[in-house]
Amino acid sequence: MKIEGKQALWKDYQKEIADDNYFYVRSCIRQSFFPGSETAFLNIMRQDLGKDVYEHPCHTTCTGIGYHSDIVPLETTMTVVARQFALMTEAGYKNYVPSCVTSFGLYTEILDIWHHFPETLAKTRENLKKATGREFQIPENLAHASDIIYKFRKEIAAKAKYKLINKSTNQPIKVVEHIGCHYSKMFPSKGVGGAEYPYVLVGMIEEWGGEVIDYPERRHCCGFGFRQYLVQANRGYSIACSHKKFESMQPFKPDLILTNCPGCPMFLDKWQYAIAEMEGKTYGENGQGIPVFTYEELAGLVLGYNPWDLGVQLHQVSCEPLLDKIGIPYDADKKYEGINGQKLGIPEMPLTLKCC
Amino acid sequence: MIDFGYKIQADRQINLDTTDKDLANFVRKHENSFNICIGCGTCTASCSAGNFTNFNFRKLQLFICRGEIADVKTEIAKCMLCGKCQLACPRGVNTRNVIMTIRKGLEEQL
Repeated sequence: MKIEGKQALWKDYQKEIADDNYFYVRSCIRQSFFPGSETAFLNIMRQDLGKDVYEHPCHTTCTGIGYHSDIVPLETTMTVVARQFALMTEAGYKNYVPSCVTSFGLYTEILDIWHHFPETLAKTRENLKKATGREFQIPENLAHASDIIYKFRKEIAAKAKYKLINKSTNQPIKVVEHIGCHYSKMFPSKGVGGAEYPYVLVGMIEEWGGEVIDYPERRHCCGFGFRQYLVQANRGYSIACSHKKFESMQPFKPDLILTNCPGCPMFLDKWQYAIAEMEGKTYGENGQGIPVFTYEELAGLVLGYNPWDLGVQLHQVSCEPLLDKIGIPYDADKKYEGINGQKLGIPEMPLTLKCC
Repeated sequence: MIDFGYKIQADRQINLDTTDKDLANFVRKHENSFNICIGCGTCTASCSAGNFTNFNFRKLQLFICRGEIADVKTEIAKCMLCGKCQLACPRGVNTRNVIMTIRKGLEEQL
């Protein structure tokens, strides 16, 4: 294939990402699972990149979890989403940036519905007006927060204090990337690289010095799947998905797993504990697991943020072996200190999975 | 080990590069008509044994082609060799001989 032809094809897999002035909306669950990630995103955008990012205190859930669990009807979801857009309109912003991949997928889906069915959009506007008295504009640009970090990956690399290089071998850190299903599997044209070649995380890894590991089950779901996990009887299906991915990636000995979704890092991290307790099997080195990071945490680490400020101490799989590999310093005594220096207590250690 | 109230579900993915296809190849070699089966299920619909048991010739053919042969011996024991399936088969598969060949194949493997 001619290079020009390749580049022409690749153009189809690009998406427009706004430069500045973002209306940022948080995820429902990330603040519990990975509490430092969204703050890290805001700090990186505002302090390191000098961008304008606005957060509205009245933002609520997008209802994505309830919608995908069949307990919130689509009309309600559309009205709630319309309300979020109304908050953006009232604040004077046009570039909508959700932190959550499920929200991103839901917004994309609803914008597509409104595009194809203008009467549904009109009905939603009417419902919102009746319920709240608000009006809204459709965002000019919708990008997931990982798209934004991807867009500024080179700027982050230029400011990076650390590279994704193993300091003892001088070889690139081997990274497995995992994209949330709702990022581009539903609407491939809305994600960088589409559904088959999502490049959003790969671009970051390559730019920051790491090596992307390909493996057979790379595009398999993490297993969250909403119904699979939320019903206890179905959780065997959920963990089976993560189990399949771990079995598939283990021969390639990845140093870390990088994710861009709220559920994926949660499950890929915590299921390693559950699998270890159920089967006695661990997937990392020396009885440990494979560390799982969000893209904000990884961006924060390469920029030289204190790992404990990024919240990586709340991961199930210990991140210290990776920090040691890259050469990122940390104070082990301050691992479980709150922001005011208060000792938060040391959590109980798992029986099988080795943790620091 | 901790009981969380659920277990890791067994993987149902079939890797055609690694499955055991010895029995399928044996049957194909000794009863050529096995190759032209289209899996329509007419055999199963007309099956006398299937009327009284859960015997399913179509499923049996599928499992053998996939290399999932763990339960094949128990399954073919349910066949009465009446031959109605052979009369009904739109492709002319010699189903009775397929069953006999499977038995022979299993015996030779054992």
